[in-house]
Amino acid sequence: MRVTLDIGRFNPDAPNAKPYRQEFILEVEEYYTVLDSLIYVREYEDPTLAVRCSCRASICGSCAMRVNGHASLGCKTKLISVMDKDGRVRVDPVGNMPRVKDLVWDMKPFWDKIRAVDPFLQPEGPEPEEEYIASPESMLHLVGVMGCIMCGACVSDCTVLEVDENFLGPAALAKAYRFTGDPRDGKTKERLKELNEYSGIWDCTRCMECVQACPKGVAPMERIMALRDKTIAAGIRNTNGARHAEAVSDFVKKSGKLDELRLVPRTYGMFNPMSLNSLFAAIPVGLRALRRGKLPPIIPHKVEGKENLQAVRRIFDKVEGKK
Amino acid sequence: MAVYQHDVVVVGAGLAGMRATLAAIQKGADVAMITKVHPVRSHSNAAQGGINAALTSRGDDWDEHAYETVKGSDYLGDQDAIEVMCQEAGAAIIELEHMGVIFNRDEDGRLGTRRFGGQQRARTFHVADITGQAMLHVLYEQILKVRARVYEEWFVTSLVLDDNKAVRGVVAIELMTGQLHLIKAKAVILCTGGTGRVYEPSTNGLIVTADGQALAYAVGASVMDMEMVQYHPTTLMGNGVLITEAARGEGAYLVNKDGDRFMQKYAPNFMELASRDVVSRSEQTEINEGRGVDGCVLLDLRHLGRELIETKLSYINEVALDFANVNLAEQPLPIRPGNHYEMGGIKTDVNGRTPVAGLYAAGECACVSVHGGNRLGANSLLDTIIFGRRAGDAAAADAKETGEVKVSDSVISIDRDAIKNLMDRNPTSDTPAKIRLEMGKAMNEGVAVFRDEAGMQRALHTVRELRERFTGLGVHDKGQVFNTNLIFALEVGFMLETAETICIGAIARKESRGAHFRTDYPNRDDENFLKHTVVTKGPSGPVITYSPVTVTKWKPQVRSY
Repeated sequence: MRVTLDIGRFNPDAPNAKPYRQEFILEVEEYYTVLDSLIYVREYEDPTLAVRCSCRASICGSCAMRVNGHASLGCKTKLISVMDKDGRVRVDPVGNMPRVKDLVWDMKPFWDKIRAVDPFLQPEGPEPEEEYIASPESMLHLVGVMGCIMCGACVSDCTVLEVDENFLGPAALAKAYRFTGDPRDGKTKERLKELNEYSGIWDCTRCMECVQACPKGVAPMERIMALRDKTIAAGIRNTNGARHAEAVSDFVKKSGKLDELRLVPRTYGMFNPMSLNSLFAAIPVGLRALRRGKLPPIIPHKVEGKENLQAVRRIFDKVEGKK
Repeated sequence: MAVYQHDVVVVGAGLAGMRATLAAIQKGADVAMITKVHPVRSHSNAAQGGINAALTSRGDDWDEHAYETVKGSDYLGDQDAIEVMCQEAGAAIIELEHMGVIFNRDEDGRLGTRRFGGQQRARTFHVADITGQAMLHVLYEQILKVRARVYEEWFVTSLVLDDNKAVRGVVAIELMTGQLHLIKAKAVILCTGGTGRVYEPSTNGLIVTADGQALAYAVGASVMDMEMVQYHPTTLMGNGVLITEAARGEGAYLVNKDGDRFMQKYAPNFMELASRDVVSRSEQTEINEGRGVDGCVLLDLRHLGRELIETKLSYINEVALDFANVNLAEQPLPIRPGNHYEMGGIKTDVNGRTPVAGLYAAGECACVSVHGGNRLGANSLLDTIIFGRRAGDAAAADAKETGEVKVSDSVISIDRDAIKNLMDRNPTSDTPAKIRLEMGKAMNEGVAVFRDEAGMQRALHTVRELRERFTGLGVHDKGQVFNTNLIFALEVGFMLETAETICIGAIARKESRGAHFRTDYPNRDDENFLKHTVVTKGPSGPVITYSPVTVTKWKPQVRSY
């Protein structure tokens, strides 16, 4: 099988080092992965190509990279599944992280954020003589998130990190979830308070990129959403995010529809002196919307028909009852 | 270049390395861990099935675990060391659980187990089929918790000796900058893992290149029982990726092309869960005698049901689909024996001490010896945790008693010159990759599941020829930053050195024991070979001596499963 690898390269040792692209046309087996083909290049075409790799079995997390613009593990991506009709595949280093050489990236910012969530178990009280008692379900549930191999694919494709490098990001937040979800941990409330702050759980825009990029099914965004639920359930509600979520839920429960006009003050907090600036800042947006006929109605809409409203409430009952 | 100084330097950041680091820190030593990859990339990750321990509080008996380990080793393991490991296993599991490992639970919320090969009782604790990864990441959490000093992506090029021939530090390349550094230490613990890439194919990651064995050998430490190379019974065709023994632990069958569960013939009592050497030989016999399928036999999980496969064996389910395009719930998976584990290694005592002052080793790179001729599945993780801790304790204690390190900063020039030579030499058409591949294939042909004199001699001959070619090798990449071409060349040097010790140990052992099965000497010969092969570097090449096996209470018997 013939493949054209179009590799984004960078040699920091070169004078006036600039990124460039280089193509390699290879004859390879059909079962080859992207990583197999890169190793082939390194071994037989150009030994200067730099790429981190080890296990070849999607467990060490070394070979996160962008294939055709999206992050994944090179060793888990079959060439045949990503080649275009001309047999081309584009390979680049991960995004949102500084580049070192070719496909090698600087892991420091990634690990700084993992460190920031106190990523170790903090049990409270005296240690038991034997193991902690924990339900089989609770441990099995954590296998899903412990499956994270810290490859950085999610961080690479996070759209929030593209605009705000302070965001803790999907990997660190998924790691944080692992502790708040661990029945042995004694610091859940402190952790949630911390995650509730600026650059934490409420900064995720739910774009789903991390869920798609994750090669291990950790689904970081879903962990972030679960952290939001836990935070609100723990009574930590003094944030725009929590107020926004609660307001949306209240409106829909009451009328079956969203009251967008009142959502703004509810989100910023009606009696919150800190919110005045934000509320004032929203006024020009409101005026522009009014001018273009897009201002939400002053009198909120309601879902038509009593039975439809009841149907909405039944959904709430079901969801809340489940909790 | 820069010069650093610590009490204890740990080389390698897999399970043994991190456990040693934590132990030495706890003993109050100033510790630094040096690793050529980020700690969570270490190959301990790849351990899937679990970790053995006899928890006496629930009616298991460590004595029984020890006996089964001795029997598994084909009586080559040192029984005093095996007793230490099995006796301390229970406490080690509880300690790991307290650190945060999310071990599988039973209905009562207590630790649950599965059964593994070569053992009558279910005493393998596990996290689905990602036990190594789950443990490695938790140990790294602990490393972050205590803020241990880690030199990440530094590759150790040599051990440094003082005038009394004691190891007092290492020289290492920092990959990010290409700078060479001297790290002085009162004690150095090697935890660098196995020898997998000496073979092609292997289940091992590309980083498993026998670094520690070669580093220790170069300064006069001995390597022991290197001929004992484990072939895992279930590896994928092609890239050789591992399929966990837990599949058989959960009840999977091995069948040949006629659909027969052939283990009936070879191990009627233990069936698929006989020792790994026994199962690998049985499979290879089936394949050699024409009852295989395309060079493989089949691993059949279909009767286990989709739910069990997806919860308890989720990772191999993923691997089978990704790499073999097989849905385990619907089709049997073609597998074959493949290089997996090195039972031999740097000769140490139960505290990780080598005969060279200041030098310690633990984990797969060491040979205590607890695995002898054949390691039981799920004993390797236990080995790393028990002897990692013991080596950390001993090194920290010895460092306290050690005076000022007297090593001249100029020792670094030896490595600097060697690297400069390699970098300056014009590359020929020969590359590290070509040499590695030829070595790997030769070893996999000559020193594999079934061996004989002629085959082993051919492998040795090839290895020696390749060593000649290696001396003329140059590297293509002349850059400073992240020069993996240079690192790979150095690794190939380490591997060639180690490959030779495997070959000569194997040729000299004229019997069959554990993983070392010779068709020209098919029987175990306790009279002449119930002893460890010890290889030491002499002035004109490797020198073989032998040392006795410690037998406490289990006299060698005929081994059957």
